[in-house]
Amino acid sequence: MSDPHSHSVSFVRTETLPQLPPPVTERGAIKWMRENLFATIPNAVLTLVSFYVIISVLSGVVPWIANGVWKASNLSECRDILVGARGACFAVISERWPQLLFGLSYPSEEYWRPGVAYLLLFVAAAPVMFFDLPRKMLIFTALYPFIAFWLLWGGTVLAPILALLGFVAGYVVYQRFVKGSFALGFFGGVAAAFVVWYIGGLLIPEGASDNAWLVSVASRDMGGFMLNMMLGVTCVSLSIPLGIVLALGRQSSMPLIKWICVIFIEFIRGVPLITLLFVASVMLAFFFPPESTVDLFLRVVIMITMFSAAYIAEVIRGGLAALPKGQYEAADSLGLDYAQAMRLIILPQALKISIPGIVNIAVGLFKDTTLVAIISMFDIVGMIRGPILSSSDWIGVYWELWGFAGLLFFITCYGISQYSQWLERRLATDHR
Amino acid sequence: MNKTVFFGALTVAGVAAASMASAATLDDVKARGALNCGVTTGVVGFAAPDANGVWEGIDVSVCRAVAAAIFGDSDAVEFIPTTGKTRFTALASGEIDMLARNTTWTLSRDVDLKFEFTGINYYDGQGFMVPRNLGVSSATELDGATVCIQTGTTTELNLADYFRANGMSYEPVPIETAAEAQQQYIAGACDVYTTDASALAATRSSFETPADHILLPEIVSKEPLGPLVRHGDNDWGDIVRWTLNALITAEELGVTSANIAELSAAPTDSPEVNRLLGTEGELGAMLGLPADWAKQAIMSDGNYGEIFEKHIGESTPVGLARGLNALWTQGGLLYSPPFR
Repeated sequence: MSDPHSHSVSFVRTETLPQLPPPVTERGAIKWMRENLFATIPNAVLTLVSFYVIISVLSGVVPWIANGVWKASNLSECRDILVGARGACFAVISERWPQLLFGLSYPSEEYWRPGVAYLLLFVAAAPVMFFDLPRKMLIFTALYPFIAFWLLWGGTVLAPILALLGFVAGYVVYQRFVKGSFALGFFGGVAAAFVVWYIGGLLIPEGASDNAWLVSVASRDMGGFMLNMMLGVTCVSLSIPLGIVLALGRQSSMPLIKWICVIFIEFIRGVPLITLLFVASVMLAFFFPPESTVDLFLRVVIMITMFSAAYIAEVIRGGLAALPKGQYEAADSLGLDYAQAMRLIILPQALKISIPGIVNIAVGLFKDTTLVAIISMFDIVGMIRGPILSSSDWIGVYWELWGFAGLLFFITCYGISQYSQWLERRLATDHR
Repeated sequence: MNKTVFFGALTVAGVAAASMASAATLDDVKARGALNCGVTTGVVGFAAPDANGVWEGIDVSVCRAVAAAIFGDSDAVEFIPTTGKTRFTALASGEIDMLARNTTWTLSRDVDLKFEFTGINYYDGQGFMVPRNLGVSSATELDGATVCIQTGTTTELNLADYFRANGMSYEPVPIETAAEAQQQYIAGACDVYTTDASALAATRSSFETPADHILLPEIVSKEPLGPLVRHGDNDWGDIVRWTLNALITAEELGVTSANIAELSAAPTDSPEVNRLLGTEGELGAMLGLPADWAKQAIMSDGNYGEIFEKHIGESTPVGLARGLNALWTQGGLLYSPPFR
């Protein structure tokens, strides 16, 4: 009842003290700085040195960008506008951006076509990349290569339709016969596709491309960053299936298949990409008569695809090797045949393990597409090294152009890498 | 047995097709409707595309003149950019019909690589550029210098020859393109930049302060630059050779793009002008071309003098004097055989 302390102490606080803010050194920016920047003396020294470096870099770069001249018709005009001040001459980008993006001779009134193809690429890639999206969107993904081909190259609409019909015929035949025997289905499908292409090729009238709705554009006229994107997207999407086949072939118990795959992979990995590109551009021309050469773009695509497929095959083989033997035995004990076991049990796990490696190769491959500049294709690097830096207007502009090219590549490659990190988190069902 | 016959026939057919293809380049070009002309990926004043992607330069003008001589249309050219490493294979494999890519005429290229140089459209020579503050006034003072040099070109070999002959040593800084060389030189990666004197002048003109750099007086090599074709089709070589000669002769005879319409409208008093412009004689038919072939060639970009002034002359950023490239009547080396 009575308060036991009521007589022993003269004052008892009945309410809680209001909370005081923590000491100045233990809160806010100061605490953060003390803990993160100046925790120890060596850290403090490093912090000061880093600040000095950052500030000295920024003090050069920021005015250079802020003073940038965006409107001038040549370098000396830029210099006149700047009157000795530090500043970039971005005018080269504002004048030559179509060439940097689309190459030298893609017709300028058709620039919307690569633009549309680029936007549709995201629509087509979305269901493959984000598997929560409705599966019906994959229909568009399957059609996308033909749509993109038609948009980029133009010409008669019959050509991509014919190509599509060939694939459809091949698939129908494959479905019809694969129940009996895989080999019969596969080779029957391939044969059916070729028959359709051959007969269709005879049916398309000569000169159908001349008055087509979309003006036909030769591969030689494509360039700039568009060429890098085209090469990168085509080669990555072709080399992943090819790489899977090679990786499985290398593990096959059939000696012929195994040795073909081993020799292919080891040969390609032993040769530098630039050598393959030189073969594509220079040597192959000797093997064809002058009027029937294979398109240079196609030759380069084949070489780069072979190159990256060999690397991807090795990455996937690493994924296959990382699976415990029990997974294979489990598949066998369920009575699955080889194709079912691979499709349902082995590959989903192996590919998941291989994602970082595959993305690594895809990013490297995308950047390697700039090597085509050496065989005088005008991709973005070729455009900068050749025509733009050799025009009498812009000779001597470097940082602005290379910075622009670097920015485009950085955006693309950073995007790919962010996606792969998301994918790894999304697929992480174990190892918690 | 059957198989052997089949493969034998195939080989014969292949050989026949190959020799046919190389025997009549003119027919191939006419069938294609365009001339495939190999040019550089870009050398200021010689060949470079403008902001609209239209190629221009003195090498480009030679291509356009040949196309105009054949088709009467100077735009009937497909310009195929080649690098120093791909240019000869592109020509040898038939990917291009002619190469006009400031290529130096040397014996080994003419004979060993099986090409035919059809004339000289620019007499160049290798020079040296140094920063003024290096305090050098002659190439003989360059002992021990670091030199920026383009790989795979004759300049590389000339440099070695020159330094060996003068008992000097140097350290090469190999680079791939002219643009890269300028950057390296400006950044101070080398003391000296050496290449053809025309390119040195163009490079210097692009610097922020051209006066800080000097071209040394020594010219250490002969670099006659000209168009070339494959061995084995002399008729085609003749067309390229005489198109170039027509441009030079036009300057000599005072035929310009301004007065050519008037001069070719009717035979003039000068028989040589008449033969050149096709109002007299059968010169075009001898080449397998229309009678007004030379007229079309000259109209495409003017006579040699006009082409020179327009692309690399003193009024352009390159700012080259005619020098050796003046007509023989004006103390230069340009001399075309007569049109007769």
